[in-house]
Amino acid sequence: MPAQVLSTAVARTPATLHRSRSWGLAFDDLARGWRQQELWGHLGWQDIKQRYRRSVLGPLWITISMAVTAIALGVLYAGLFGNRLEEQLPYILIGFIVWAFIGSSITEGAMVFIANERLIKHLPAPISVHVFRLIWRQTLFFGHNLLVYAVMLVVFPQPLSLASLAAVPAFALLMVNGFWAALLVGIVSTRFRDLPPVTVSVVQLMFFMTPIVWIYEDLLNSTNETIASRARLAELNPFLHYLEIIRRPMLGESFELRHWVVVLVITVLGWALTLVVLRNYRARVSYWV
Amino acid sequence: MASIEVRDASVDFPIFDAKTRSLKKAVLGVVGGRIGPNASKVVVVEALRGITLDLQHGARVGLIGHNGAGKSTLLRLLSGIYEPTGGTASVQGRVAPVFDLGVGMDPEISGYENIIIRGLFLGMTRKQMDERVGDIATFTELGDYLRLPLRTYSTGMRVRLALGVVTSIDPEILLLDEGIGAVDADFLRKARGRLTDLVDRAGLLVFASHSDDLLRDLCDTGIWLEHGQIRMQGPLDEVLVAYNNRGPGPKRRPPAGGGRR
Ligand SMILES: Nc1ncnc2c1ncn2[C@@H]1O[C@H](COP(=O)(O)OP(=O)(O)O)[C@@H](O)[C@H]1O
Ligand SMILES: [Mg+2]
Repeated sequence: MPAQVLSTAVARTPATLHRSRSWGLAFDDLARGWRQQELWGHLGWQDIKQRYRRSVLGPLWITISMAVTAIALGVLYAGLFGNRLEEQLPYILIGFIVWAFIGSSITEGAMVFIANERLIKHLPAPISVHVFRLIWRQTLFFGHNLLVYAVMLVVFPQPLSLASLAAVPAFALLMVNGFWAALLVGIVSTRFRDLPPVTVSVVQLMFFMTPIVWIYEDLLNSTNETIASRARLAELNPFLHYLEIIRRPMLGESFELRHWVVVLVITVLGWALTLVVLRNYRARVSYWV
Repeated sequence: MASIEVRDASVDFPIFDAKTRSLKKAVLGVVGGRIGPNASKVVVVEALRGITLDLQHGARVGLIGHNGAGKSTLLRLLSGIYEPTGGTASVQGRVAPVFDLGVGMDPEISGYENIIIRGLFLGMTRKQMDERVGDIATFTELGDYLRLPLRTYSTGMRVRLALGVVTSIDPEILLLDEGIGAVDADFLRKARGRLTDLVDRAGLLVFASHSDDLLRDLCDTGIWLEHGQIRMQGPLDEVLVAYNNRGPGPKRRPPAGGGRR
């Protein structure tokens, strides 16, 4: 019961916990972490190289495995839903690429400190370094996967325009949100070890609840009223909005303000919560890990 | 200028069991589910208690004490890895730690890569490390081994590498745990020169060891830790004599029981 634990701790040692629990130290951790770009930049690349070091295809392996999955599912679901392949495949492909970033940021975020126990206990560093490394690694994966998107644009051209550049700030928002999510889930998971497996299950569930393989607008415009009203419920799923801000511009679709508003609001709330947790538990991570 | 100022500092480790590590159990406990009598009690180990230390530029301190006395924990407190759970610890100066063997090094990547990463962790830039890699390679005498993955290294070789890095980056505060005793005598003699130079030049050394010879080589002051408290502090020879004549082995103190953190 964390609340009780903390209250006794405070009663016992007011001076130091007060000192460790400061906004200054929390922001300092983030700022120093950010300045160690060379470190997490290097470690992030290392992580990627590690993964393809043993594969024959090298770096292409990441890209090709994404392409194969997306094509297989694109063909399958185009058949199942009776959609045209040139519509279904780009939709699924982008959904997959974006979800790979979102889902891994959260599931790997749950392990971000636990997996780095040795580093944390042996080398003094701001804890945010490990989160920067994680988000950077996921960004590199995303970059590799964009190759598949580029090839897709050749095979199935999309009506891209200048407005498609909205995908750039959209991805920046995904990174900013991935960061707080990983940091928050990471800290709590270090204390409560039953959280990482739960996180994996929840992310898996959200994959199916979020329009990645199924096309949201088709259901929304369905002539069957029950299907259409169910589809509207999906708007309650925050992941839908994260996906739409980047998928719509990448498919050359129109700008929908509401998705951006929802994402911006969650960004602010998520960071506020995470900063409070960082302030209070930053110094506990090396004790819990 | 390097300095260490620790006031009445303590380090308490919470020891979680399956119950207290579980979020599900914690939540059930709050909403009124019944989960056994001890649900909220977490055992703590008081690894350090009431530590007060003042170390200035030029200090060469040897940490002495039986296993579990708190030497490694004190070194981590001084490095900033643990912030004290009571009291205060303020450390001025650039810290370079060499703790366990091989520590925080990635076994799958080469020695060169590990040198760079350690340096980056200790606040160096990639460029600065690239400049030092040659010097470190010469000092460690590891030669072509530096191109092989670290998992092919012996313990002593890993320690050489770690020592090579910390002594090349001009730290102000050097923290060494007993693991460095794993290198052979010849190398240690060589390292000793470099370490004493470093301390003379820059700052401050704290070294935990069970080897009286090593301690005499590197340190002039001694701190004897027992059960997480400073039992004695003074000139190294006096502390070593007192420690070696301490009589029958120390009794283990059981962890402090429940109710607290
Ligand atoms: N991470 C930890 N969690 C729980 N207990 C710990 C942890 N680290 C050290 N301890 C305990 O703190 C005490 C001091 O340990 P340590 O500093 O490693 O001793 P030494 O280095 O002198 O052998 C021991 O009782 C040890 O079990
Ligand atoms: Mg030890």
